Amino acid sequence: MSLKLLFDNIDEPGLGTLPVYERRGGYGMLRKALEMAPEDVLQNIIDSALRGRGGAGFRMGQKASFLPHGDMDKYLVCNADESEPGTFKDREIMQKNPHMLIEGIVIATWATGIHLAFIYIRGEYQLQAQILEAAIAEAQEAGYLGGNICGSRHFLKLVLHRGAGAYICGEETGLLDSLEGKRGNPRLKPPFPAIEGLYRGPTLINNVETLATVPSIIKMTGTEYAKVGTETSTGTKLVSVSGDVRRPGNYEIELGIPSRDIIYGLAGGPPEGREIKLWFPGGSSAPVLTKDDLDLAYDFDTLAKAGSMLGSGAIIVVDDTHTVLEVMWKVAKFYAHESCGKCVPCREGTNWTQKMIERIQAGEATPMDLDIMASVQEQIIGNCLCVLGDAMAMPIGSMVAKFRSELEAEIEAARERAGAGALEDVVGVL
Amino acid sequence: MSFDTPAPVPRFGHGSRVPGWDQAVDLTKPPATVPDPATTPVPEGLRAEIEAAMAKYPDRRSAAIPALHAAQNLHGWCSPEALEQVAAVMQLTPAYLTSVASFYDMLELTPRPKHDDVYVCTNISCSLRGADEVFEAMLAAASEYPDVHVTSFECLGACDIAPMASVNGEYVGPLEPDDAGRILEDLAAGRGVLEHKQLRYRRCADPEVAAPEDTR
Repeated sequence: MSLKLLFDNIDEPGLGTLPVYERRGGYGMLRKALEMAPEDVLQNIIDSALRGRGGAGFRMGQKASFLPHGDMDKYLVCNADESEPGTFKDREIMQKNPHMLIEGIVIATWATGIHLAFIYIRGEYQLQAQILEAAIAEAQEAGYLGGNICGSRHFLKLVLHRGAGAYICGEETGLLDSLEGKRGNPRLKPPFPAIEGLYRGPTLINNVETLATVPSIIKMTGTEYAKVGTETSTGTKLVSVSGDVRRPGNYEIELGIPSRDIIYGLAGGPPEGREIKLWFPGGSSAPVLTKDDLDLAYDFDTLAKAGSMLGSGAIIVVDDTHTVLEVMWKVAKFYAHESCGKCVPCREGTNWTQKMIERIQAGEATPMDLDIMASVQEQIIGNCLCVLGDAMAMPIGSMVAKFRSELEAEIEAARERAGAGALEDVVGVL
Repeated sequence: MSFDTPAPVPRFGHGSRVPGWDQAVDLTKPPATVPDPATTPVPEGLRAEIEAAMAKYPDRRSAAIPALHAAQNLHGWCSPEALEQVAAVMQLTPAYLTSVASFYDMLELTPRPKHDDVYVCTNISCSLRGADEVFEAMLAAASEYPDVHVTSFECLGACDIAPMASVNGEYVGPLEPDDAGRILEDLAAGRGVLEHKQLRYRRCADPEVAAPEDTR
């Protein structure tokens, strides 16, 4: 039995309500943190080496320590705009244990001297927003939010903000613009949000899972928490396994266990008689891996070394009954739809990649289109304000590179279906 | 567009994706200014809701999305009238609110009466498990129900119940094409949609976190 921090008793009836949460020791860690000096709380978070669970994997303690000290208006924003395809871990936390998130937020604001916090939840999460709203009211009533929290000098206002359906608002600066009531276009960085963020004030932005982990860090102390997992990927992580597996769902694992144990052990692997063709280790933005990579340890650094990323911890498994082209089309279509249109490489690159894939389906493509597609991906990466374009370019580029022969066969087959003439004739002309 | 029968792709000269991009603006029209609250009638409930939202933030503009949601709930869509009312309460121009509303998928700028929304997720995890068939079935079944709007939607964050749909915000899944009819019957009868498939009752998949009384 592995360590459960976030999913401890997650299915207990009524855990989302204050009495049950308190009976399970809830808000005890808040009391403990409030008795400590803010610097010590922050030091614990730094010692824990907790890496952001939203996708970038940046250390939370480091990010929090960038915030300037002093009495200016500072903000904490909890990023609950979970919309990376394949990711649904924050949903389970917010739906079943909202008070753990609130407790984490109050502790984090104490450590950083923040008195106004927002939870930006995606508009589609209606049930979860209702549950959070009720939990915030309960916490307010019980004195865990508001003034003189638990008799200390800390005070905090927590506002739940519902989005309205835009993937780009999960990007931290896009989220800030959206929270300010604008179109959710990303901003130029630097300045980073820790220096100039919401309403131009210093802003700490963290993912739901990251903040929900904070009470566990206070409970275990930072140095103890850092012993869980691997040296550079500490702690436990929720992984969302979906796609062609027998038991899709959220699982809490210690970072560093073999990926095979997650996909086959926990999620049951692909249905009888099928084999894994490819898998996304960290949401649909991650470069794909193949069945040869199943023995990689599931942690930030190992996956980065293998040319992919842990991202949000969403594993999407694709088995051999699906074509690579079909997966590419879905991925490209999604990013083309969600590109905000601010930067040209992303707006045009995602759009044309989708069209090039549709050309292949229509039997109008030649293998040269794959080269063009690969070069388009290279020209998107690193050339935009945010990483939405990269998020399409990386998986598409990796699929073109790793499954080139299958794609060439698909081009040939599609040409035949469309009666477009054999490739040799065209290649001869070119 | 179905995957199996792709339409030929128009290669050039098909212009931008945004309808109306090639139509000139009528420069003789005076620009719409911030509506005068004295002459713009706003339903009391809506006004109260928007004002409560504005009070939550240091900057009233932050309430734009909650205010537009509230107006859309009342009017069915972000009609010019709805935008005018929000603009009057928030003291913003209708153009600003249109720019916001046009950015977000859940805010509607095309006319339609009050309706039921069915968002069928057709993103990757759901489509691997047959979401495209569910979507087709849903579209076909809903063709007889003018009040039900079926839209294919990007990942709704419930890949554990793939293929799934959000029916007026209620997540249901895993769906089969046959469920389409039942969803519409439930909607027409005004009862909870596919109760046994609602996400809210689903247990965590992790086998090691079973609740005490659970003996899985």
